[in-house]
Amino acid sequence: MTALAQAWRSDFMWSFRHSPVAVVSFFMVLVLVSGAVFAPLVAPHNPFDPASLNLMNGFSQPMQPNAFTGDVFWLGTDDQGRDVFSTILYGMRISLFVGFCAVLFAMVLGVTLGLIAGYSGGMVSTVIMRIADVQLTFPAILVAMLIFGIAKGFTPVHLRDQMAIWVLILAIGLSDWVQFARVVRGATMVEKRKEYVQAAHLNGRKAVGIMIRHILPNVVGPVLVIATISLALAIIAEATLSFLGVGAPPTQPSLGTLIRIGQGFLFSGEWWILFFPAVTLLALALSVNLLGDWLRDVLNPRLR
Amino acid sequence: MAKSVLSVRDLVVEIPTRHAVLRPVDKVSFDIAAGEILGVVGESGAGKSMTGNAVIGLLDRPAHIASGEIWLNGQRVDNLRRDQIRSVRGKEIGMVFQDPLTSLNPLLPIGEQLTETILEHLPVSKQEAEDRAVAALEEVGIPAAAARINSYPHEFSGGMRQRVVIALALCAEPSLVIADEPTTALDVSVQAQIIALLKQLCRERGTAVMLVTHDMGVIAEAVDRVAVMYAGRLAELGPVREVLTRPAHPYTRGLMASTPLASKGHTRLNQIPGAMPPLARLPKGCAFHPRCPEVQDKCLSDPGPTLSGCGGRAACWFATEEVA
Repeated sequence: MTALAQAWRSDFMWSFRHSPVAVVSFFMVLVLVSGAVFAPLVAPHNPFDPASLNLMNGFSQPMQPNAFTGDVFWLGTDDQGRDVFSTILYGMRISLFVGFCAVLFAMVLGVTLGLIAGYSGGMVSTVIMRIADVQLTFPAILVAMLIFGIAKGFTPVHLRDQMAIWVLILAIGLSDWVQFARVVRGATMVEKRKEYVQAAHLNGRKAVGIMIRHILPNVVGPVLVIATISLALAIIAEATLSFLGVGAPPTQPSLGTLIRIGQGFLFSGEWWILFFPAVTLLALALSVNLLGDWLRDVLNPRLR
Repeated sequence: MAKSVLSVRDLVVEIPTRHAVLRPVDKVSFDIAAGEILGVVGESGAGKSMTGNAVIGLLDRPAHIASGEIWLNGQRVDNLRRDQIRSVRGKEIGMVFQDPLTSLNPLLPIGEQLTETILEHLPVSKQEAEDRAVAALEEVGIPAAAARINSYPHEFSGGMRQRVVIALALCAEPSLVIADEPTTALDVSVQAQIIALLKQLCRERGTAVMLVTHDMGVIAEAVDRVAVMYAGRLAELGPVREVLTRPAHPYTRGLMASTPLASKGHTRLNQIPGAMPPLARLPKGCAFHPRCPEVQDKCLSDPGPTLSGCGGRAACWFATEEVA
């Protein structure tokens, strides 16, 4: 067993080592994610602690000493003297957290519904998949905005800023479950026909047991690939929502919120407030996406 | 009849379609005694597998048992509720499927699949179940069974995998094993081994076997009695020697004549003219009459006698007289 696991591993690793795109994007993801996770250690100061800010540092240009205080900021500061580099690190935390949680939520929901639809077939499948089809006819971002709006309406006013992140996760997750459900349903229908599932059935196992023990492990490969690619999409969806002003609040700015704030200063010449968060978002989404593409090629036996 | 493990009485399986109700299994009756191997032969689509699936209750909708009775160890099982069927069939019926590639879960070690099945049906401890799993693998001739218990299905060859499947079918000590074309997907060189193994193990344990196949060689080698099916009906049922040497139904005679034999020399292989009619367009009268070399007027209108399992060996009006 271990010998085989190792063989599989080394195969996987070999393909990783021989794909420059995968290596580069993996390290990019690693750097960005660890920067976000260890933001309190890496960032020069906490941009959301008013005590650490000096209004005189406002609008410092990148890499140049501030005209009043002489402080140097790598990526400049915004109007309130917040270091852009620090806000990016902290903002990325929120972006990644929302992205991960939203994909996890979409995955659990989509895989569950897909398994049920694929296994039971008939009416149940029809209802679930028609809901999915209807949802697919709307752009995901529109669905997310709709859910975000409704959920916000239900949260009490004084909790809105605190709950914003969770509402965001719910909205993005609900707009993203469809592709998981579709893929899992298809794979389940194939797997269900196989004789080992019939044998398990004959063996007296209950439907839920068969789904979890026998079918789920056999359909999980494509799910991982979709999850990776979905992560990039979820990060972008979060940024889009925040950019439109319906996502993360200014007190907990994500990359999208930073881009929205920075956009206001673009025409007055303070380009760095917009530029650096935008480049970070681009790098993050691109590297996660490329990693997902590579993973799809590796895990797809037909493309090997 | 008290001694038979499985007894099927006038089993009818129906598939309602838009145009007509199809009967892939039509009034089939047979018994299998403990330790006996019943071979079920027939062309593709004759209803062999459908009969097997009906017995274990794995018919896919919309196919269903329309009438008839299935008795297993003196208990009627065709009209049980789903959850009741589950407890009966898993314990009492083992299944050997056609394709060993898909009859094992590719992601579970074989030992785990065996232990799981044993624990499900026998009142034993985990440790004992594991010991039994090793013993079961040894019995089917897997070398170094204790070491291979943690291997995954893809680490075995096709023949070895079919041995594992047989071990899996027998590990819960069922009283009936249904083997649905167990050698079709295997190399010719291992087919005989697998059949011999199945035969030996079932003889030792007194397990009844329903062996579905279309290989006359397998039939001749392994089974005690043969049931010949044609277009959903039982054409002939009898002891294997009788049926093979003195086939009573014209269809069986046709089958026998079209079995290749090395001793016949290089003559052209015999065949039964025509093809089995689709279920939706069964001819009136005896379903075999358009292909039958001995067809008579009566066959065109009257579907022939139904085999009850006790009286008569062939479902033909003009069956050769039984030579007791």
